[in-house]
Amino acid sequence: MALELPNFALLAPQIVIALAALVLMTAGAFARERWRQWNYVVAQLAVIVATLLTVFTSGDPRVQTTFGGIFLVDWITLVVQLFIYLSVFAALIYGRFYLIERGLERAEYYALVLLSLLGMQILTVANHLLLFYLGLELMSLALYALVAFDRNHALRAEAGMKYFVLGALASGLILYGLSLIYGATATLSLPEISSVAALRPGDERVFGFGLAFLVAGIAFKFGAVPFHMWVADVYHGAPTPVTLLLASAPKLAAFALAFRLLVFGFFEYAHYWQPMLMVVAVASIVLGNLAAIAQKNLKRMLAYSGISHVGFILLGLAVGVVEGNHQLALNAYSATLFYAIVYAVMSLASFGLILLMARSGFEAEWLDDVKGLNQKSPWFAAMLLITMFSLAGVPFFVGFFAKLAVLQAVVAAGYLWVAVLAVVMSLIGAFYYLRVVKLAYFDEPTERQPLIASSETRVLLSGNALALALFGLMPQGLMSLAAYAMIASL
Amino acid sequence: MESYFPVLVFLVVALAIGVLPMVFGWILGSRRPDPEKYSPYECGFEPFEDARIKFDVRYYLIAILFILFDLEIALLFPWGVTFNEMIAAGANAWYAFTTVLIFLAVLVLGYAVEWKNGALDWE
Repeated sequence: MALELPNFALLAPQIVIALAALVLMTAGAFARERWRQWNYVVAQLAVIVATLLTVFTSGDPRVQTTFGGIFLVDWITLVVQLFIYLSVFAALIYGRFYLIERGLERAEYYALVLLSLLGMQILTVANHLLLFYLGLELMSLALYALVAFDRNHALRAEAGMKYFVLGALASGLILYGLSLIYGATATLSLPEISSVAALRPGDERVFGFGLAFLVAGIAFKFGAVPFHMWVADVYHGAPTPVTLLLASAPKLAAFALAFRLLVFGFFEYAHYWQPMLMVVAVASIVLGNLAAIAQKNLKRMLAYSGISHVGFILLGLAVGVVEGNHQLALNAYSATLFYAIVYAVMSLASFGLILLMARSGFEAEWLDDVKGLNQKSPWFAAMLLITMFSLAGVPFFVGFFAKLAVLQAVVAAGYLWVAVLAVVMSLIGAFYYLRVVKLAYFDEPTERQPLIASSETRVLLSGNALALALFGLMPQGLMSLAAYAMIASL
Repeated sequence: MESYFPVLVFLVVALAIGVLPMVFGWILGSRRPDPEKYSPYECGFEPFEDARIKFDVRYYLIAILFILFDLEIALLFPWGVTFNEMIAAGANAWYAFTTVLIFLAVLVLGYAVEWKNGALDWE
């Protein structure tokens, strides 16, 4: 077999992000003080260039591989990556003034964001178990450091430490699972694993164990019950721009990871992972919605709400496999992709609202801080209303259609009781979203400080929330994009 | 699963070798404790300070740097050994060479950043 030069053009977006991260890291150490304002520009430019390159390098032909087949670029890569870029782009804009006010806006921050972005990109293009692990670690290590970025703040350092210790444990689980799977199949390449016709009788059990560890690791990265212990503490402890990033883009990357591994790699072994995902998904929806009611901290509340949304994503993944019915599987997976995208955009808006209300020395992270937002700014109270209604799944906001699509797939797969349970839990969950709206509209503000926010944040937040309303009125475009990505890739 | 039986035997024997001496010592040994025997000591002296002290973070930095460059060598060896085979298999020589140069450049860049940030100053 002659070794050919790999097709580097296919990986151009990843190369751009990696180079930009290196440049920013070097700039952090060597560049003069007056060049500091360019860090932000470099990071944003890198994200924009990567977006353009992704659009132009992928999509045609539908499935492309490079580096001997360990990288795979298809329509799922394209769609997931585009929304990851969008999330990171928005996260950088939202977070900038928060960071400047607190003296945290340094080149290293942007370098770490880009490195975690690189990890997420690798998760979307990986086609080899080791590469998945590499991408996961790159993403996670950068995020651990970002959570503890304000290292002199006790709460931030504690959150970073918790995230790191538990994340390392999850990485260990995944690695152990991968080694067991390697032991059973003697290969790490995903296409080869999926084509291993039959495992030898003794190896099946080993393989099942490996898959269990893998699912546990994936559930941890998603923050699903019972591996959710870190979520609330880390969301609460991290600086809000980092929480915003943490709640949006990595969820999409985790979707790509779970989808590629379980559906592409281990589709033949769905009878192992389907029940596991089902249990994790149902537990997440129940516990996430119930625990969120008790929270007084807005970031913790959104963390538990995130757990319940992750439950829906996993539910969609779990119900896709029904006795080889291709159409049902396609519907379930495109509904799941749609849900993941919608959740990321809703996360951006909800944490963006916290950043809008925050100012120097005031985090605006308690429910009481929302009180009387309508008196301060009717416009942003309306944006809050749209975001919360969308998160709650009120009809004719985009969150409703996301829930509807997943629930349709659940019912089609024959799990009626699961769908009923999910609807009941969503109704219970609507309480805490509506409580935020009630506080904003009907309560007297505790303090009379006007909103201080940059015009970029105001414009972006308005656009972000209005997009939730707009896509709620016209969800077909985004839905058919998700559906097309699935049809083109499966 | 039968093929794993030797592993099980190995585990049992290893556990026995580790645990049995302690158990025998505990059963057969005589125990006549007095306060002196239970007090901590430092080469015959009273301890000077608490054993749990903070280590300077720079020790960890040096240790991490050591691991980093140690692993770099571990990756360079197989590359060097298989270089001729790669060429023989039809790989582009410049490609095989530049991949490692890029890898080294990233490491050197990281080293320079660490140096510039003062992580290696020992004052």
